[in-house]
Amino acid sequence: MGRYIVQRIVQTIIVLFVVCTVVFLLLRAVGDPARLLVNPEGSKEGIEIIRKSLGLDLPLWKQYVNYIKGIVTLDFGTSFTYKKPVVDLIKVHLPSTLQLTFFSLLIAVVSGVTLGCISAIKQYSIFDNIATFLAVFTRAVPGFWLGIMLILIFSVRLNWLPPSGYGSFKKLIMPSVSLALSMAPVIARLTRSSMLEIIKSDYIRTARAKGQTERTIIMKHALRNTLIPVVTMVGLQMGHLLGGSIVIETVFAWPGIGRLLIESINVYDFPVIQTTVFMIAVFFVLINFFIDMLYLLIDPRIRLG
Amino acid sequence: MNEIQLPQKEKDAKRSSFKKFLRLLVRSRTAMIGFIILIFLLLVAIFQEQFATQDPNKQSLRARMLPPAWEENGDPAYLLGTDQLGRDILSRMVYGTRISLFVGFAGVVISTVIGTVLGLISGYYGGIVDSIIMRIVDIFLAFPFLLLAITFVVTLGPSLQNLIFVLGFTGWVSYARLVRGQTLSGKEQEYIMAARALGASNARIIFKHILPNLLAPIIILSSMEIGLYIMTESSLTFLGMGVPSTIPTWGNMLATGRNYLSNAWWLSTLPGLCIILTVLAFNFIGDWLRDALDPKSTYDV
Repeated sequence: MGRYIVQRIVQTIIVLFVVCTVVFLLLRAVGDPARLLVNPEGSKEGIEIIRKSLGLDLPLWKQYVNYIKGIVTLDFGTSFTYKKPVVDLIKVHLPSTLQLTFFSLLIAVVSGVTLGCISAIKQYSIFDNIATFLAVFTRAVPGFWLGIMLILIFSVRLNWLPPSGYGSFKKLIMPSVSLALSMAPVIARLTRSSMLEIIKSDYIRTARAKGQTERTIIMKHALRNTLIPVVTMVGLQMGHLLGGSIVIETVFAWPGIGRLLIESINVYDFPVIQTTVFMIAVFFVLINFFIDMLYLLIDPRIRLG
Repeated sequence: MNEIQLPQKEKDAKRSSFKKFLRLLVRSRTAMIGFIILIFLLLVAIFQEQFATQDPNKQSLRARMLPPAWEENGDPAYLLGTDQLGRDILSRMVYGTRISLFVGFAGVVISTVIGTVLGLISGYYGGIVDSIIMRIVDIFLAFPFLLLAITFVVTLGPSLQNLIFVLGFTGWVSYARLVRGQTLSGKEQEYIMAARALGASNARIIFKHILPNLLAPIIILSSMEIGLYIMTESSLTFLGMGVPSTIPTWGNMLATGRNYLSNAWWLSTLPGLCIILTVLAFNFIGDWLRDALDPKSTYDV
C-alpha cells in the first residue's frame, strides 16, 4: 500500500508540473499581452515599457524559468487591473469558491444517495419512477439556466432569497443548488444500480437469514459497499463541479475564483488568468488524488491487494 | 452455388437487422419522443426562414420588451414577445436552432475523428506511441472540460469557428479512451489473428476488421456528447466567450435575458427551454441506442 501511495504522489507531481507548462504555453500562444493592454494608438515605447515590466522581453525559456520559480515560491506576479499581487487576490476569492463547491457537493451527495437508496429499495414503485424521470430530465438542464430560473422565482417573484452576493447562508442556497444539479442525478442513478446489485449478493442474504432488521441490513451492510463506485464517481464529477462553478459564480455574482477568471479574461489580465486556470487545475488534480486515497480507506480489498 | 446465394443471404440479414432496429425504436417511447423532437429541430434548422415569423435581427423601438402574446399587452405579431431592442424572440430562437445543432454536430465530428484515429493507433500499435498518446490524454483530463475550453477560447479568440474547433479539440479524449480500450480487447480476438495469418496488412485489419466493431460504441458516445457540446456552447456563449453576440443563439439570448430578469421573464426562460428540449432529445436517443446497439444489453429480454 505504501508503494502505491508513493507512486500516486509522484504521478500527481508530474501531472501538476505538466499542467503549469501547458498553461504557460497556451497563454504565450495568445500573442503579446502588452499589445492588448495598450490602446491601439499607444506608442511603441509604451508597449516596450510594459513588456519590460512584465518580463515579456526575455527569451521564452527565461520567462518559463521565472514562471516556475514564481510558482514554487508562490509568487504569481501582480495583477494588471487590481495592481495587487495575484496571491492576495486568490486568497480573497478562494474561500468563497471552496464554500460554494463544498456546499453543493454536500447537497448533491446527500440528496443523490438518499434518492438512489430509496429508489433501489422500492424498485419500480411510483417514487422510483418519479426519481428516474427527474434524473433523466435534470441531466438536460444547464446549471446556469436553473440558476436564472431560481432567481426569477425566489428573488423576483417571491422575494424570499437575495438574487446575488456573498456572505450569508441565504445567499449560498441558490448558487449551491444550481451547481449541485449536474451532479445529484448522476449520483442517484449510480447509487440505485449499485445498491440493487449489492442487495442481491450472498452476504446480504446471510444477514437476512440471521434475522436482522431490514434497516440494519441496508444501513450497516449494504450502504458501505454501495458507496464504493459512488466515491469514484464523485471524484470524476468534481471537475464538472469546478468547471460549473465558473458559470454559476458569474450568474450569482459570487466572488470566487471562477468569476475572477472570467473578469480577468474580459480585461486581459494575464497574470490573474494564468494563476486562476492553474489553481483550478491544481485543485482538480489534488481532488482526484484524495479520492484515490479515500478509496483505500473504504475498500479494504485495494488496501490489502 | 455458394457464391450466388451469399448476396441474398446478406441482404436478408441486413433487412432483418434494420427491421429489428425499427421494432426496438417503436417499442421505446422515450426514443420515439427523442426522434420526433430531433426531426422537428432539424426541420426548423433547415427551413428557418419559413419558421421565423419576423427578421430575427430587425429592431423595433415601438415593440421593445413585449411579453408573449398570451400575456397582457402581448402582440400576436410577436408570439413569444420581444427583447430590449424589439427583436422577435420566436424568430431568434428559430435561428438559434441551426447554430446550436451545427455546433453540436460539427464539434462531435471533429472529436470523433481525432479521438478515433489516436485511439486506434494507441490501442493497435501500443508501445511508446501508446504511452505518448495516453500521457496527452492524462494532461487533457487534468483540466475540467469547461476550463480547458475557456483556456482554448482565450488563446484563439471567440468566434463561431473557433468555438467548434475548441469543443472538438477538447472533447476527443473520451473517444480516444473508448476506442483504445475496445481496440486493445478487439485485436486479441481470433478472427484478427486469422486475418493476419492470411497476410492482411495492418491498415486492412484496422479499417476492415477493428473499426466496424467500434462503430456502435462510437455512435452511442456521440449521441451523448452532442447534448454536452450544445450545453457547453451555451455556457461559453453565456460567459461571453462563445458565439459573438451579434449572432442570435440560445446562449446569447440567455446572457441578455439575465440582465432583464426583474421585468422580462420570457427573455431568459424560453431559450433555456430550447436547450433542454434539444439535449433531452439527444439523451433519449443516446440511452436507447446504448440499449439497442449493445449486444450484451438485456433490452430484448
